[in-house]
Amino acid sequence: MKSLEELLAIRDKAKAAMTDREGTGDGIRVVVGMATCGIAAGARPVLNAFVDEVAKRNLKNVTVAQTGCIGMCQYEPIVEVFEPGKDKVTYVQVTPEKVAEIVASHIVNGNPVVDYTVGAVVKD
Amino acid sequence: MYRSHVLVCGGTGCTSSHSAEIIEKLEQELKAKDLENEVKVIKTGCFGLCALGPVMIVYPEGCFYSEVKVEDVPEIVEEHLLKGRMVKRLLYEETVHKDDIKPLNETNFYKKQHRVALRNCGVIDPENIEEYIAMDGYQALAKCLTELTPDEVIQIVKDSGLRGRGGGGFPTGLKWSFTAKNSADQKYVVCNADEGDPGAFMDRSVLEGDPHCIVEAMTICGYATGATEGYVYVRAEYPIAVHRLEVAIKQAREAGLLGKNIFNSGFDFDLHIRLGAGAFVCGEETALMTSIEGNRGEPRPRPPYPAVKGLFGKPTTENNVETFANIPQIILNGAEFFNSMGTEKSTGTKVFALGGKINNTGLVEIPMGTTLREIIEDIGGGIPNGKKFKAAQTGGPSGGCIPASLMDTPIDYDNLTAIGCMMGSGGLIVMDEDNCMVDIAKFFLDFTVDESCGKCTPCRIGTKRMRELLEKITDGKATLDDLDELESLAHYIKDNSLCGLGQTAPNPVLATLRFFKDEYISHIVDKKCPAGVCKKLISYSVDADKCKGCTACARKCPVGAISGAVKTAHTIDTSKCIKCGVCMDTCRFGAIVKK
Repeated sequence: MKSLEELLAIRDKAKAAMTDREGTGDGIRVVVGMATCGIAAGARPVLNAFVDEVAKRNLKNVTVAQTGCIGMCQYEPIVEVFEPGKDKVTYVQVTPEKVAEIVASHIVNGNPVVDYTVGAVVKD
Repeated sequence: MYRSHVLVCGGTGCTSSHSAEIIEKLEQELKAKDLENEVKVIKTGCFGLCALGPVMIVYPEGCFYSEVKVEDVPEIVEEHLLKGRMVKRLLYEETVHKDDIKPLNETNFYKKQHRVALRNCGVIDPENIEEYIAMDGYQALAKCLTELTPDEVIQIVKDSGLRGRGGGGFPTGLKWSFTAKNSADQKYVVCNADEGDPGAFMDRSVLEGDPHCIVEAMTICGYATGATEGYVYVRAEYPIAVHRLEVAIKQAREAGLLGKNIFNSGFDFDLHIRLGAGAFVCGEETALMTSIEGNRGEPRPRPPYPAVKGLFGKPTTENNVETFANIPQIILNGAEFFNSMGTEKSTGTKVFALGGKINNTGLVEIPMGTTLREIIEDIGGGIPNGKKFKAAQTGGPSGGCIPASLMDTPIDYDNLTAIGCMMGSGGLIVMDEDNCMVDIAKFFLDFTVDESCGKCTPCRIGTKRMRELLEKITDGKATLDDLDELESLAHYIKDNSLCGLGQTAPNPVLATLRFFKDEYISHIVDKKCPAGVCKKLISYSVDADKCKGCTACARKCPVGAISGAVKTAHTIDTSKCIKCGVCMDTCRFGAIVKK
C-alpha cells in the first residue's frame, strides 16, 4: 500500500459489494415477487438484473429484496417499487430487458414507466 | 454481485453450538438450489447475543434468526432465500413486529449499546481484509503516516481521555508518551491478549470479529512511539482468535500495510504472534514480557517500567486488546468523538462480557456512566426464573462486587474504585439469591492460589492461608477471630505482593466482606449458609406431610441414604447423605427440605 488513494479505491469497491448489509433504511425499496408463481414466470433473472443494475450504477439508498406471492399470479413476474412519501408502483410481467429501463427512468429519474405498470397492462 | 448476504456468527460461542456445520449446510443447500452465485454466506465474529446462538442475519431484509439448528437450514434456503418468505418461527422474538420485522438495533439488547471497539464484530468477514477496508479500515493508519507527526498522534490519544481497558485504567496517551520519550535502537509494541479472568471474553471476541483493527492500532502505536516491531501475546486456548489474527497479519503484509515503507512514509513495522500457555500471571505486563522472551512467566519488579526497560530490555508500550480496538476510531473521528461519550474522567465506551444468572448472556458495549441496573435489567433482560438480583462480580479474581443496593451507580473507573470494586477487564458475572458470597470469594481464591506464580511470599503463601480460613468458614469451624485474621491478611497481601496478581488477589474477599459481612457471620456464628450452597452447613430432610412415598428420590439417591416403604413418608439418613441435592431435583411434590 503506497498511498491513501490506493486504499480508498479498494474501500469504495469493497463497500459497493456490501451495500445490502446497511439494511432497508429510508431509501427506495424494490421488491420482487418470488413465490412459486413468480419463480416459474422467471422472477429470478429479473431479481438478479435489478441487483446488477443497481450495483452497476452504484445507487445508494436502493434496496432490492424479494417477497412472496403478491396475488396476481398470471401477471408475474411482479415487481413493486416503494418510495417514501409516494404511492407504491407495481410493475407486471417484468423481464430482465425491462429492468434497465425501469431503473433508469423510475429509480434514477423519478418517472415510473407507465407502460409496464399493472394499470396499463391489465386494462388491455 | 450478490443479491443477498447471509451473515452467520463464527464466534466461539456460536461455533460451540455448531455454527460451522450450519455454514457448511447452507453452502450445500445453496448449491443444490443453484443459488450460490446469488447468495453470499459470510462467517463473522461475535454478534454479542451469545445466549441465543447460533445466530444469523439475512440481508437485505436484516432479518435475525436465533437458535438455528442444522436441520433448519433447508427451510431457510427454500423459503427465505429462494422464495423470499421469512421463516417466522426462527425469528428473534423481539424483532417480530406485526407482519414486518423490527431492525435488530431497536431491540432492548442492542438499543442502549454503543459500539466502538465492537463496531465491526458480527458485521464483516474477519478473514477478508477488503471488508475491513470497506468499513474505513486502515484509513486511520494512512492519516497518521501521511498527515500527522508521532507527537500529534499521541496528543490525539491523550485528548481522547482513553484509559487502559485491561483493568488498570492508566491513561493510554500518557503511556505512549513515556515510551516515545526514551530513545533506543529498538522499541516494541505489545498487545496483551492473555485474557485469563474466568467469565471474560471481550478480547477474544474482538480478535475473532475484527482482527485487522488490532493490526492497524498496533502499527499506529509503533509509529507514535518509534517502535518497529510488535508482539501479540494471545492465549493458546483461543484457537479461532489466533487463526484469524494470523490470517489478518498475512493479508496486511501482502497488502503492504505491514512491512517496509508503509504508505510510502519510510516507516517500517511488523507483527509477531506469541502463544501463552494459559498461566493467569502472564496477563501481568512484566510477566507477559518475560514469557515472550522465552522465560518462565514471572513478573519483575518495577521500576524500571516497561517504557524504559521492557521487552528484551528495550522501551516497550503494552496495551490491552480493547484499548487498541478504540484507537483507529479515535484517530479517524478525532479526540472529541471519543471524549464526548462516557463520563468526565472515564471517556468512551466499555465492553462487558455478561454472564452468570442473566437472560441475555453475551457481549455488550456501553458508554461509560451507564448504570448496572440498565445493563442487567434492560440490556441483559433480567434474572432468569424470577429470582432476585443479589450482586454483580466485576473484574474477575482481581475485582470486587457491586451489591443490589448500589445498582444505580454509574459505571466508570472512579466510581467503581470508590465503592471498593474495580472495573477490571470487563467480565461481569451476575449473581442471584441462590449464590453464597463466601463461596464466590472462595472460588476466586481457589483460582488465585492455583495461578500464583510463587515468586513472592505474600502471594504464594498468603493466598493459601486465606483460602484455608475461607474453608474453615464454609465448613462451619471458624470463629470471629478467624474473620479478623482473614481481613488483616488480605490487607497485608495487597500491600506487599510483587505484582498485580497478588496485589488484587484479596479483592474478592474484601469486597464481599464489605457488602455481605452478615453472610460471613451467619456461617461463623449460626453455622448456616443463608443461600444454601455450602455443603457442610446444610442438611436435607423429608417433609413427612408432603411426601407421597413415590420412592422416586430413593431410587435416584446415589448413596442409598433415603429409605421408606412405598406410599409412606421417606426419611434421609444424614450420616450417609452427601448433600448432592438430586432428591430435591427429583421430588415432584416439594417434599425435600434444605436447611
